[in-house]
Amino acid sequence: MTLSKHPKTLLVIVAEAVLERRLVQEARERGAQGWTVTEVHGGGHEGVREGAWEADRTVELKVICDATVADTIAEHVLATYAPHYSVALYFSTVAVLRPERY
Amino acid sequence: MIDVVVFFFLLGVLARLVKSDLRLPEALYETLSIYLLLAIGLKGGIELSKQPLVALAPQVAACMALGFAIPLLLFPLARALRLGRADAAALAAHYGSVSVVTFAVATAALARQGVAYESHAALWVAVMEAPGLVTGILLARMGSGGAGDWRRLAHDVLFGKSVLLLMGGLAIGAVAGVEGTAPIKAVFIDPFKGVLALFLLELGLVAGGRLAEVRRFGAAVLVIGLGAPPLLALAGAFTGLALGLSTGGVALLATLAASASYIAAPTAMRIAVPEANAALSITAALGITFPFNIVVGIPLYIALAQRLTA
Repeated sequence: MTLSKHPKTLLVIVAEAVLERRLVQEARERGAQGWTVTEVHGGGHEGVREGAWEADRTVELKVICDATVADTIAEHVLATYAPHYSVALYFSTVAVLRPERY
Repeated sequence: MIDVVVFFFLLGVLARLVKSDLRLPEALYETLSIYLLLAIGLKGGIELSKQPLVALAPQVAACMALGFAIPLLLFPLARALRLGRADAAALAAHYGSVSVVTFAVATAALARQGVAYESHAALWVAVMEAPGLVTGILLARMGSGGAGDWRRLAHDVLFGKSVLLLMGGLAIGAVAGVEGTAPIKAVFIDPFKGVLALFLLELGLVAGGRLAEVRRFGAAVLVIGLGAPPLLALAGAFTGLALGLSTGGVALLATLAASASYIAAPTAMRIAVPEANAALSITAALGITFPFNIVVGIPLYIALAQRLTA
């Protein structure tokens, strides 16, 4: 049996943990059907975020969806949060087995 | 003589400065902070069960007024040091709110010195958490005119873990009373100081990490971080005197006024005043003021209270 694979866009948003609830809500409002959040730590332009205590936590939000939905979410995040928060966004193409779920 | 728990904090700072690989798991940090908040609330609540709540209304009102007022004192000072409006307001909000751990260290110091204090003092901590944040946000908004999402903010502050656990502990202690809480005393009351020591080790690691940041922000952060606590302690001490508090009570209110929040305030400010530089406030609150208060400030505030109430 050969698996039938379908292309989708994986959008990854790395952001301050304080934004998690808002990001999830806003991604869903823009068409994301599922999401995964993990706690991460790292550094970048805004310095090092070690995640050692409440205000220092960072989350990684992953959404697999249609390319247009990913663009809409990313545009919104970029316009709303990028000016004042540490946010990183990137896209990649992934293959899924059940496209109606994403 | 420095209280033993403070040595743990200094050990944490040292570990950080010598770049040790010591790191407490985040889950432990979370567990310890939940424990401390609940234990402080419970202890205060047990005392609340012994007295009429109405009698405490003036204290609650005065503590809240103090919380509202502190950012108003600090904001012009921060502006004079050339901080922008948002940065000055967010910084002022951190000091308007309170640090529960600083409070815990002060109660430990008072107990060790045998100075009596109002055992329901945890109630003051709980009601002083939010008012300073509100003033800080108003100060930040005054120039920009943005309406802001007060509902979300009220939810995050009032149901955030600090206020929820403190108030929850107070309520459980007040309802259950001395007898009701006797079975959990062995967990929540007796080991308190040991847990506090462990938590301070972790905070030492965190604060030590912020020390390197001080240079980045320059003199303003240093002036506020070291200058604000003694100034605000005076405001707290005189409020305590006006309320007729005991010597220990005056020292605790001075400590609370002098302390800066590093749990509730940073999160609230990120949401409400995102344009403020979060690292600046945290560096002042956790990198400078917190160590200053627990090492130098608290003994000073206790001596001040003894002098004022003598």
